[in-house]
Amino acid sequence: MLGYILRRLGSTVIVLVLVGLFVFSLLYIAPGDPAAIIAGDTATPQDVEHIRQNLGLDQPFVVRFGKWGLGVIQGDLGRSIYANLPVSTMILERLQPTVSLMVVTVLISVLLAVPMGVLSAWQAGTWTDRGVTALAVLGFSVPVFVVGYVLAYAFGLKLAWLPVQGYAPLREGLWPWLQRLILPAFTLGSVYIALIARITRASMLEVLQQDYIRAARAKGVPTIAILFIHALKNAAVPIVTVIGLGVALLIGGAVITESVFAIPGLGRLTVDAILRRDYPVTQGVVLVFSFSYVMVNLLVDVIYTLVDPRIRY
Amino acid sequence: METPEGFAVAPPLGDLLLASKPRHGFIRLVQRQPTMVLGAFVLLLLLLIAVLAPYLGTVDPLALNPIARAQPPSAEHWFGTDLIGRDLWSRVLYGARISLLVGFSVAILASAGGLVLGLVSGFIRALDGIIMRMTDGLMSIPPILLAITLMSLTRASVGNVILAISIAEVARVSRLVRGVVLTLREQAYVDAATAAGTRRPMIMLRHITPNTLAPLMVQATYICASAMIVEAILSFIGAGTPPTIPSWGNIMAEGRALWQIKPFIVFIPAAFLSVTILAVNLVGDGLRDMLDPRMAKTI
Repeated sequence: MLGYILRRLGSTVIVLVLVGLFVFSLLYIAPGDPAAIIAGDTATPQDVEHIRQNLGLDQPFVVRFGKWGLGVIQGDLGRSIYANLPVSTMILERLQPTVSLMVVTVLISVLLAVPMGVLSAWQAGTWTDRGVTALAVLGFSVPVFVVGYVLAYAFGLKLAWLPVQGYAPLREGLWPWLQRLILPAFTLGSVYIALIARITRASMLEVLQQDYIRAARAKGVPTIAILFIHALKNAAVPIVTVIGLGVALLIGGAVITESVFAIPGLGRLTVDAILRRDYPVTQGVVLVFSFSYVMVNLLVDVIYTLVDPRIRY
Repeated sequence: METPEGFAVAPPLGDLLLASKPRHGFIRLVQRQPTMVLGAFVLLLLLLIAVLAPYLGTVDPLALNPIARAQPPSAEHWFGTDLIGRDLWSRVLYGARISLLVGFSVAILASAGGLVLGLVSGFIRALDGIIMRMTDGLMSIPPILLAITLMSLTRASVGNVILAISIAEVARVSRLVRGVVLTLREQAYVDAATAAGTRRPMIMLRHITPNTLAPLMVQATYICASAMIVEAILSFIGAGTPPTIPSWGNIMAEGRALWQIKPFIVFIPAAFLSVTILAVNLVGDGLRDMLDPRMAKTI
């Protein structure tokens, strides 16, 4: 078990180095002078020269990548061109809203989608099942920001149940914090819920056909217990996998959701960095996001062994 | 035929045993895959709208009219006007061109690229490791984020948007193709072809590639849907289609400032975008059910 985790950590490190190399070299693969690309169309020659020195463009590529990589390992992601602050500081400042949003979204999505999928599989072929399937297709088709505006319009403006925009840090209290995260979480969760519900349904359908389920039913086990204890446990592996893989959707979606609901998180920082052509910040944010994504999936692989004792590494 | 006393004779079964007339062609497709036909129909309609945009009562989608700003839908402006007085009906109709162009181009480009990479990876052991590690790296960057990063390095143009989204999608396709190739190359008919002296490139082209096309086509429709979403997102945050070309994403971006007072500027393009993506997904689900019956039963 420990050996497996170590091996997985090893391959994770390789993937992260590749991501780092990719993100770092993008600037140099792109056609044109990297300093001029960063500076943008409205820059003066002095700006370009300043950036050129900052990037250390007089050194060979390998040396630059090595220096940058060493810095990243020590938590130094470079300095922002626009704000002249360390990128790591800027990211840390923006971390709480994004992490809050993600955690609330994952909780809401899993608590909603898994029962939806279970119900759909249990009632397979009925109108309930078709309803859930149709909802899932809708969830896949309506883009995150469209869901965001519809929810904000309906529940924020027309019904005025929840605030339309903004973020309140956790230290201001649980309700003010949660209140502003509900609409964004449902927005961000729309695709995620569809994905989890669909996989739960598929995985449950397979398990429900097995003999031990019939045995449990014959023994008189209540339906609820059969579905959620006997069956769900054995259907869990694909569900847990997709919860992990779906985090990629959440990260992409967070960038947009935070723009729609004016949440000052990492997603906003990404958009701002791109519009200001602040490449060191873009680089840093992409690295942090990819790192978290890879780590979540490593965690998922470890969780397998807890969920399913048949899996041994 | 006479009936003996005391026996009940069942009526002849004739009609029951006749084979029901098998239906062919379009009617059968409508019966089996009604949602897919609906999706295809909507897509066709949108394609017509995109092509015929100049003749559907539109004006120049870039023409400003400072007197008529942010007007609600009316007889003169069917969808109203945006914040600088451009006619929304015209902008939304012309916007269909961008979504469809980006969706189809990315689907074709990413599938072609993924097919080549997947074939090479599945057939040449020496390159497999390298290509797979590269896709590992690419796939650990969420696709929207990757496309955004690529766009931040280039000028905003439709061509660059297509290229950026294709790069972000190509890793997934090559994984899919490689998986299919790996199972196919162990099949007896491939051994037979090798034994008969068929050269490797010929085996790849004639015996392997045709069998990857079905899953590839299904994947391509999903990529098309996802590319349309990503294009809209890129344009929405200002890193996609340049503002001089109307696209549903940037019409929404421009309507954002006043969306609480003039929600139609955001909601009309949003509705078009959602219906288009829904249509593509319906076609994708239908294709999957038809081409991959094993998957259809479960998902």
